Amino acid sequence: MMPAGLQRALLTVAGAVVAVLIAVAVSSVAILAAGASPVTALQAMFDFGDTQIQVVNSVTTLLNRAVPLFVAGLAVAIGFRMNLFNIGVEGQYRIAAVVAAFVGSQFDLPGPVQILLIIAVAMAVGGLYALIPAVLKVTRGVNEVIATIMLNYIAINLAAFLVRGPFAGERAEGQLTTSTPELPESAWFPNLNFLFEMFGLPAPRGGGLWGFLAVAVVAGLIIWLVLERTRFGFEVKATGLNASAALASGIDPKRMVISAMVLSGAVAGLIGLPEILGRTHAYGSNFTAGLGFLGIAVALLGRNRPGGIAVAALLFAFLDRAGAPLQFADIPPSVITIIQGTIVLMVVIANEVTIRMSMRNEERRAARQLATTNQAGVAA
Amino acid sequence: MLRNQFGKMAMTTVAGAMLMAAAACGGNDTGSGGNTAASPGATSEAPKSSLKVGLAYDVGGRGDKSFNDSAYAGLERAGKELGAEIKDLSPAADGSNRGELLRQLADAGYNPIIGVGFAYGEDIKKAATEYPDIQFAVVDSASNAPNVTGLLFAEEQGSYLAGVAAAEKTKSNHLGFVGGVENDLIKKFQAGFEAGAKSVKSDIKIDVKYLTPDGDFSGFKAPDKGKITAEKMYQDGADIVYHASGDSGLGVFQAAAAAGKQAIGVDSDQYETVKEADLKKVIMTSMIKRVDNGVFEFIKAFQGGAKGGSNSVYDLKVDGVGLSTSGGFIDDVMPKVDEAKKKIIDGSVTVPTQP
Repeated sequence: MMPAGLQRALLTVAGAVVAVLIAVAVSSVAILAAGASPVTALQAMFDFGDTQIQVVNSVTTLLNRAVPLFVAGLAVAIGFRMNLFNIGVEGQYRIAAVVAAFVGSQFDLPGPVQILLIIAVAMAVGGLYALIPAVLKVTRGVNEVIATIMLNYIAINLAAFLVRGPFAGERAEGQLTTSTPELPESAWFPNLNFLFEMFGLPAPRGGGLWGFLAVAVVAGLIIWLVLERTRFGFEVKATGLNASAALASGIDPKRMVISAMVLSGAVAGLIGLPEILGRTHAYGSNFTAGLGFLGIAVALLGRNRPGGIAVAALLFAFLDRAGAPLQFADIPPSVITIIQGTIVLMVVIANEVTIRMSMRNEERRAARQLATTNQAGVAA
Repeated sequence: MLRNQFGKMAMTTVAGAMLMAAAACGGNDTGSGGNTAASPGATSEAPKSSLKVGLAYDVGGRGDKSFNDSAYAGLERAGKELGAEIKDLSPAADGSNRGELLRQLADAGYNPIIGVGFAYGEDIKKAATEYPDIQFAVVDSASNAPNVTGLLFAEEQGSYLAGVAAAEKTKSNHLGFVGGVENDLIKKFQAGFEAGAKSVKSDIKIDVKYLTPDGDFSGFKAPDKGKITAEKMYQDGADIVYHASGDSGLGVFQAAAAAGKQAIGVDSDQYETVKEADLKKVIMTSMIKRVDNGVFEFIKAFQGGAKGGSNSVYDLKVDGVGLSTSGGFIDDVMPKVDEAKKKIIDGSVTVPTQP
C-alpha cells in the first residue's frame, strides 16, 4: 500500500500531464484548422534561434516575460488561498506603477535607496488600493469580486488620466505617446547580463535580463515562508478551507480579510516594476496592461503555491515568446492564446478530478480502517 | 524543496508530453504537410533576392480590415513589384513584445524594417541604436534617429473632406465622431472632420466620443464599445458617424446597419475590406490613409539607396490621404469635395490639427 501523500502527489502529476496532453491535442486541431501543421508549430515554439546572440535574446525575453507573470500570480494566489477573489490585481498594479514611477522621478538618491523607495511606494499604493474592497467587505459585506472589478475601471482610467495630466513628463515634438518623467539613472535596476557573460555568452540586446528577477525570486521565497511556515499563513489557509471552523478556533475573519487583501495588493504593486525599473524607466502609454488578469490564470495553473506559480509563469512566458517564431513559420500567433486557454481550463478540470479521486481514496481507506477496528472490537 | 522538485518534474513532463504529441500528430499529418516543406524551402530561397523587408504591426495585427491591412498591401506590392522577400509579424495582445519583434526581424537579416503605428516610436529608436546598419521606418511617428524614417500622414486633411461629404449628405444636420483612443493622433481626425463639416454648415451638431482615454489602446480593438457608442449617437439623431477607431469600427458599422443609418470608414477603403454585405451598404465613404503607398514608397526609396533621419509626409497633394467613392454613395457631392480638396492643396484653407 502506497503512503497517502505519495499517492496524492502522483495523482496531481498525472492530472497535470493529462491536462497538458489534452490541451496540446485541442491546440493541434486549432493549428490544423488554421491550415498549418502542428509539427511545424512545435518546432517553431522550441526554436530559440540559430546564433548565440539569438538564443541569449530568446532566453532573456522568456525570463523577462516570466518575472511580472510570476509576481502577478503570487498576488492573486494570496487572496485565492483564503477564498478571497482579488480580481482587482489589474487595477492595483497599474495605479501603483504610475504613482511609483512618478514619485521615483521626483528625486535622485543613491541607487539602492532610490530603488527601495520606489518599491516601497509601489507596495504601499497597491496595498492601500486593495484596502478599499477589504474595508467594504468587512464593514458592509460588499462582495470583493464586484468591488475589485469596479475599482479596476477606476484605477485604469485614473492611471491613464494621471499619465497624461498631472504626472506627464516632457514630450518630444511629434511624439504621440505620453509618459511620466524619466527615472534618474540611480533608479535603473542593474541587469543580470553577467549571468550570460559568465558562461562566455554574448550579452542580450535591449534592456538585458531584468535584475528584478532576483527581487521576484526573493518575494516568492518570502511568500512561501509566510504562507507555509507562519501562524499567519496557517490562519489564511484555515479561513480559506472553512471560515466558520476558523472563527470557532479564534481566528478573526475581519482581520484576515483585511491583511490578506492588503498583502495581495502590496505584491500586486510590484508587477509593473520590472518593466519600469528595467526597460522603460517611466510609466507610459505603452505600459504592459492585462498582467493582473493573466495573473489569475497563472495562479490557477500553479495551484496557488509559489513553486507551481513559477512553473506556470515560465510556461506562459514560453508560450508568449513563441508568438514571433510561429509567425516566422507562417502560423497565426492566436494559436498561442488558444493553447494557454485550453491548458488553464484542462488544469482546472484535472485539479477538480484529482481532488475528488484522492478524497474518495481517503474515504475508502478510512472506512477500511474503521471496519478492521470494529471487527477487532466484536471479536474481543 | 519538494515543490521545487515537483516543478522540475512537471516541466520535464510537460516538455516530454508536447514532444510525444508532436510525434503522434506528425504521423497522420505527413500527407498534408505542404507547410512543413515550404518553410525550409523559403529559407534556402533567400539568396534569390537581396531585399528582405520586415514589418511589425501594432496591436490588432493583420486582418483588422483597416490600418494594418493597408500596411500589408504596401508590403505585398513591394514583394511583387520589387521582388522583395517579405515577413510581417503581429505583436502579443498586450503589445509587450514590440521591441522583441523588431530585434527578431533584425537578427533574421531583414533590412529595412518597418514598425506600423506610433506605439513603435520608442521601440524603433532603441532598435535603431542597437542595429545602426539597418534602416527603419515608423508609420505615424516622427523620425528619432539617423537610420529611422518617419512616415507621416495628413489625416486632418482627409478627415476634412469626410466632414464636407458628411455635412452635404446629412438630413438631420447631426453627425457623430467615434475615436478609438483619445490621443493627439486621433484628435487630428476629429479636428479635420469638425472643420470640414462646419465649413459647409456652420450650425451642424457633431457628437464626439472616444472609446478609451489616452494610454489605453484597447479602444482600437473594442467593437462592442464602438457599437454601443455609435448606437447612442444614432438614437440621439445623428445620421452619419465617422469612426477613427481601428477594429472597433466594425461595431460602428453594425450599429449603423441596425439603425438604418450611415457611417464613414477609416484608413482603408472599408467598403472593399469589410466582407459582410449588410455592413458594406452603410459605409458611405472611407477616409483613406494610404499607408500602403507610404510603406511601398519607403521600400522603393530604400532600394534606391535612401537613408533615414527625416520624415516623409503624405498629404492630399501626393494622394497620401483621400476619400473613397466605392458604392457610389457620395458621387453627387463629389464636386463639393473636390472643391474643398483644391482649396487645401492651394493653401487657401488650412486644416487645424487640434480640435
